Amino acid sequence: MEMIAPAAQELIPNNAAATGDDALLEISLGPHHPSTHGVFRMDVVLDGERVVKLKPVFGYLHRNHEKIAEGASYLASMPYTDRLDYIGSLTNNWAYALAVEKLAGIQIPERAEYIRVITAELTRLQNHASTIGFLTQEMGASGSPLMYSFREREKILDLFESLTGSRMMCNYMRFGGCRVDLPAGWLDQTRKVVADFPGFLDEFERLLEGNEILLARTQGVGVLSRELAIQAGVTGPILRASGVNYDIRKVDRYGIYDRFDFRVPLGEHGDVYDRYMVRMLEMRESLKILEQALRDIPSGPIMDTKTKIRGFRPKAGEAYGRIESPKGELGFFLISDGSPNPYRYRVRPPSLINLTVLEDMCLGSNVSDTIVIFGTIDIVLGEVDR
Amino acid sequence: MNLEKIKSDIEAAVPGCRLQIILNGSPSGQHSLLLGREHAVEIARFLRDDPELRLDYCSNVTGVDWLDSETSEKVKVKKLVDGVEQEVEEVRKTRTPGYLEAVYHLYSMEKKHGPLVLRLRPENRTDHVTLPSLTPVWRSAEFQEREIFDLYGIIFEGHPDLRRILMWDEFEDHPMRKDYVEPNDYEYEPTPHDAVLEKSKQARAIEGQR
Repeated sequence: MEMIAPAAQELIPNNAAATGDDALLEISLGPHHPSTHGVFRMDVVLDGERVVKLKPVFGYLHRNHEKIAEGASYLASMPYTDRLDYIGSLTNNWAYALAVEKLAGIQIPERAEYIRVITAELTRLQNHASTIGFLTQEMGASGSPLMYSFREREKILDLFESLTGSRMMCNYMRFGGCRVDLPAGWLDQTRKVVADFPGFLDEFERLLEGNEILLARTQGVGVLSRELAIQAGVTGPILRASGVNYDIRKVDRYGIYDRFDFRVPLGEHGDVYDRYMVRMLEMRESLKILEQALRDIPSGPIMDTKTKIRGFRPKAGEAYGRIESPKGELGFFLISDGSPNPYRYRVRPPSLINLTVLEDMCLGSNVSDTIVIFGTIDIVLGEVDR
Repeated sequence: MNLEKIKSDIEAAVPGCRLQIILNGSPSGQHSLLLGREHAVEIARFLRDDPELRLDYCSNVTGVDWLDSETSEKVKVKKLVDGVEQEVEEVRKTRTPGYLEAVYHLYSMEKKHGPLVLRLRPENRTDHVTLPSLTPVWRSAEFQEREIFDLYGIIFEGHPDLRRILMWDEFEDHPMRKDYVEPNDYEYEPTPHDAVLEKSKQARAIEGQR
């Protein structure tokens, strides 16, 4: 009990001083439990098995990413963005590149736009696949479903490796375009992965959809209302599972997303099941985008020739750029004072802000459900703590 | 979004409020609106509930620290030197006091427009670092205002749970401020060993005097 921070002592309501059968139990979930997705801790007050109060505790992975980036040049921060949400480094690259491009008014070549869309949608596929794998793991299905999704994820990571040289820390995009052109045969390999992926989704759906345990553990659990989701700034698949039609790919139409035909899946109930289903459907929509992008990709340059990425000094000013990352709205807010380093560099982390509603979703549910609800938020601690 | 129109709409809805448009020199064209502290919560409520704007989604909240800055310019002044009037160059310095800032990026999920950038500034950087909290209006500001409190030291009045979020509770300074100096060792704790070392140093010093 002495492990609990002083602030957490105040969690226990005053009337709970009584000892005996009706006493409340204060426990610390995490930080090193396998299902906490990293070093994350929750101070939970329990009435029997029921959660009465829950406060997330952050900061175990805090390294002040923003301060470090303010001391480095614009280009030097690019590889460091990989370490935010380390499942989807390419979308992090894109968000940062987009913010710098807005700040300095850079246009990027057509081919680079297509490569960005292809890599970002592949990132979304492997992120959602592994999230659903983790979710089944947290419901007690140890092993098989997670390994099925990791098998598919590995195929996509192989593509990343042959393109960027790294499976997870890709460091691939630059403001003004992309770092290197596609290697020979990469597009054909990708077409094959994309063509095979629906088979995996069908298999996964057959495995999980009608599963009684999955239905019992997810339907009606952790309901998030539409109003609260908007009010608390929740974004990404969780928001859409609560029935709000807000996808930044459709709203901002950044990059070239206005050229593709795809739909935004929405949930009705806002429970864990809907969040799972929205991710499954989103993968199918991503496959549609990928098919169109792989069909239409033109040849040409991949870097804007006017942009000097080394010794880059944008004019004084500020810009906020955001994209739809697999976890929600990932934004970068940059202020330039005309020097080679950003004066202010801010990451808007979807994982952290989506956790605002964790307590609201968990109140009144069991401890075992708390873990499942936490899993569907889909956080990565590298981004939460920065 | 037409910032001039929003400004006049706010002025009509919240009489007596202080508003100023801050221009942004970057090609992004995201100009911002500086709000007076006194009416900030009322203005925020208006922006959220106004049927035309409906800025129901507060996306990004962050702090910025601007240090005291000094700009010097050369001015030609006429002066009497040895009884003769001469033109002399003089360096004139203007000092702008530094300030902290909280920046809010607002969007509308209903109308699908945005961003509207709001700025709030506490009175100074040292002893009056308070701002009204906008968490009662947009809950998404809850963790982000806590983060500003933690890393910049702005105190948000009316915040439901203002504690440090990323640094540990015993930490004293605000590391994102531009004048923050890192300690040699973050986790330094005096140990009994230090006391022994100190004693031996003193003993040696006394020996040296003899």
